[in-house]
Amino acid sequence: MIGMNRGWMVAALAFCGCMMYAQKTTASLTVPGALPNIQMVSPAANGEWTMPAGDYGNTRYSPLDKINTQNVQNLRVVANASTGIPHGHEGQPLVVNNTLYIVTPFPNNLIALDITKPGFPQKWIFHPNPDNRAVGIACCDVVNRGASFADGKIIFNTLDAQTFAVDANTGKKIWATAVGDIKVGETTTMAPIVVKNMVYTGISGGELGIRGRLVALDLKSGRIAWKAYSTGPDSEVLIGPDFKPFYAKDRGKDLGVSTWTPGQWKMGGGSVWGWVSYDPELNLLYYGTGNPGVWNADMRPGSNKWSITIWARDPATGAARWAYQVVDHDAWDYDEIMENILIDMPWQGRMRKLLLHPGRTGFMFVMDRETGEVLSAEKFGPVNWASSYNLKTGEANVDLSKRTHFGQYAQHICPSSTGGKDFIPSAFSPRTGILYIPAHNTCMDYEGTAVNYIAGTPYLGASVRMYPGPGGYQGELVAWDVANAKRLWSVKDADLPVYSGVLATGGDLVFYGTMEGWFRAVDAHTGKVLWEFKTASGIVGDPITFSGPDGKQYVAIYSGVGGWMGAVAFPDVSTSDPYAALGVPGTMKKIKDVTQPGDLLYVFSY
Amino acid sequence: MCSVIKLWLLTGGALLFAANPALRVCADPNNLPFSDRQEQGFENRLATLMASDLGMSVEYTWFPQRGSFFRKTVGAGQCDVVMGVPAGMKAGVIATEPYYRSTYVFVTRQDRNLGLHSLNDARLRKLSIGVQVLGDSDRSSPPAQALIERGIVRNLVAFNIFGNLNEADPAADLIHAVENGQVDVAVAWGPMAGYFAKSAKVPLEVTAIDYDSSQAVPLVFDIAIGVRKADLKLRDQLNGELGRRKAEIDILLKNYGIPRTSDPGER
Repeated sequence: MIGMNRGWMVAALAFCGCMMYAQKTTASLTVPGALPNIQMVSPAANGEWTMPAGDYGNTRYSPLDKINTQNVQNLRVVANASTGIPHGHEGQPLVVNNTLYIVTPFPNNLIALDITKPGFPQKWIFHPNPDNRAVGIACCDVVNRGASFADGKIIFNTLDAQTFAVDANTGKKIWATAVGDIKVGETTTMAPIVVKNMVYTGISGGELGIRGRLVALDLKSGRIAWKAYSTGPDSEVLIGPDFKPFYAKDRGKDLGVSTWTPGQWKMGGGSVWGWVSYDPELNLLYYGTGNPGVWNADMRPGSNKWSITIWARDPATGAARWAYQVVDHDAWDYDEIMENILIDMPWQGRMRKLLLHPGRTGFMFVMDRETGEVLSAEKFGPVNWASSYNLKTGEANVDLSKRTHFGQYAQHICPSSTGGKDFIPSAFSPRTGILYIPAHNTCMDYEGTAVNYIAGTPYLGASVRMYPGPGGYQGELVAWDVANAKRLWSVKDADLPVYSGVLATGGDLVFYGTMEGWFRAVDAHTGKVLWEFKTASGIVGDPITFSGPDGKQYVAIYSGVGGWMGAVAFPDVSTSDPYAALGVPGTMKKIKDVTQPGDLLYVFSY
Repeated sequence: MCSVIKLWLLTGGALLFAANPALRVCADPNNLPFSDRQEQGFENRLATLMASDLGMSVEYTWFPQRGSFFRKTVGAGQCDVVMGVPAGMKAGVIATEPYYRSTYVFVTRQDRNLGLHSLNDARLRKLSIGVQVLGDSDRSSPPAQALIERGIVRNLVAFNIFGNLNEADPAADLIHAVENGQVDVAVAWGPMAGYFAKSAKVPLEVTAIDYDSSQAVPLVFDIAIGVRKADLKLRDQLNGELGRRKAEIDILLKNYGIPRTSDPGER
């Protein structure tokens, strides 16, 4: 039944007009037990897990409820698998047609497991053999954030900036396309998504002064259909007559050029390495861009568009509908490539089409996704770089004493560059109206002095020293009441940030992991920890849930610490050097004492 | 390497191999004048000289000197030395005594007759000035910073220090931009500027930036060999050889057009 339903949806997406699609599927967009008038924008992951966040709205919610608050204590390991690569296992597996797919960290092997047999034996492994020069170029470990399934293909990226389509049944390559060039510092770490006949992916590598972009490829051939740059002239940013930003500060011609010193937009950053969401009814893609190029903010006067910007674009042409620059002229490395969760729900008395964006800035943005208006921006953790957002102008009220300047000492800036949260994705439950945010609590001191050396040339490195923020904890799972824009409760982690994605289910459970390696289920209403299991390594991946051919519900998670913050667990990174790894070891002192690199997939059931 | 292998075969030997180990060098395969895979850089020559003095062969691990170079090469135990590091650098290596001191320089076309030598020259507010920048990591190039602190920002033209690895001499675009008039002046690290100016198509002028004691940002750096942290013995051996070979090293650097200075430097 599940398979048939899904087939029908895909057919509807492919062949029907959007309005028709929306009308026909309205019923399935209301999940069982949802609060009044809370609706998904696309069907929830109800049995399989075919795209990175489970659904186009990026809710990471599944209605599956066979595992619930009553029986969760019976969960046990029913299968596990080693990828053989002890690096950060970010992202999540897919489950399609009784097969579970894993994309490993570099060298980005694709592994297929048969979930119809006990222990989930391996069906095949595909080796894309990416260029190993990518390893030296990637900033923050050699991670990959997962794949998408469409049209019988598994679509994923390799670190050397290629997108691959592999036959989901046979494990044979169908096409591979170079979407970037590692020789200019471009890499790909994100999980692509597929809408209709197009694949969407992005370029990372902002640390090396690249020019970020979203790239669309034809699903059948892999041919590049369009590129939407994050900096440069309107013609290359794909800004045309349909572009209607809500705020005056984001209006004007060729802002991607004029808001920079001459030529600097050519290495202006604005990487695209997070999550893409899609609204089938409005037919718009949503994603965010990373921080501007040249860290030294004093060298790039201006707002530096379109770094740190949330975009709405037409999926067929890439044409921008609106853009909202979250931080003008960044001085903190506050990437805003975070997930954008799309949900329809009542907001201050009337139904709104919302976009929820828990930001690296530490602010929780609620936006109208039709217009790009910010409806609310409230702090979800300790924040002092700005006191608030002005919703009339869209600008932050910045505390100038917390702005970094090279050669000046700026003390106690919260959050640190790692943000109030990083790319690690939240989950939203329509049954509780709560957004579950995996959050960090770190602050930093900033001073630009240390001598360093690159490409044969001495340069000045900033001394960024990070340390735990106020309150005696470093990570927390925050329950955010969306309708009332406030914190309800949190589950705190004293020693390490929460660096795992979140899953919410119809069984009123919220699953997430800790960097120590605990995999937890908490009560979606209260946050009470109902079950936990110690995995072999720290968790930086995202949980998923699916139904097996036996009708049982399963939950899967990677266990393999790594990534920017998690890389401190590796033997070659010292926790005693507070300035290594862009300053994060100061917040990660305990990690080597509590976990080691790992390479495992765990699958739980009852 | 070849002769080592032959000897190995002749003597059957583990003993010889242990007695004649390699000096393991991590270097950039495409970064002249410092190093390249054809071993044409002055750091390649210096490595050969040091190794032969120590009775060693040279064994390279090639790795682009960008991103996590130090962590993934000498920091990961891939090699014993990196042939050039600032003597004051503490992260990941211990430095030998410096073997040269250079400075950031102005590079202009001789036919422009600009005669620039001070960062306080009022003309720098109008001229277009090429500088190298370092992507969006938390770093700044010293001359860019020194200019920014003088309020000279809008007329800076940024060049990516990493350049494009598809091209030979990726970092040379800054000097080429002076040659072809794309910028009026480049402010560049002396060794790179001096070397590429020598082979420029039009005559270029390379002038050291005047020492300014009120200048907070260092523009003069002592350069040393970086040794992996545990190996104090190798550092001491190299210090001995650097002293003994000082005259040859000075000639080597001169042949590569490396500007030297006696101004006070960053240690």
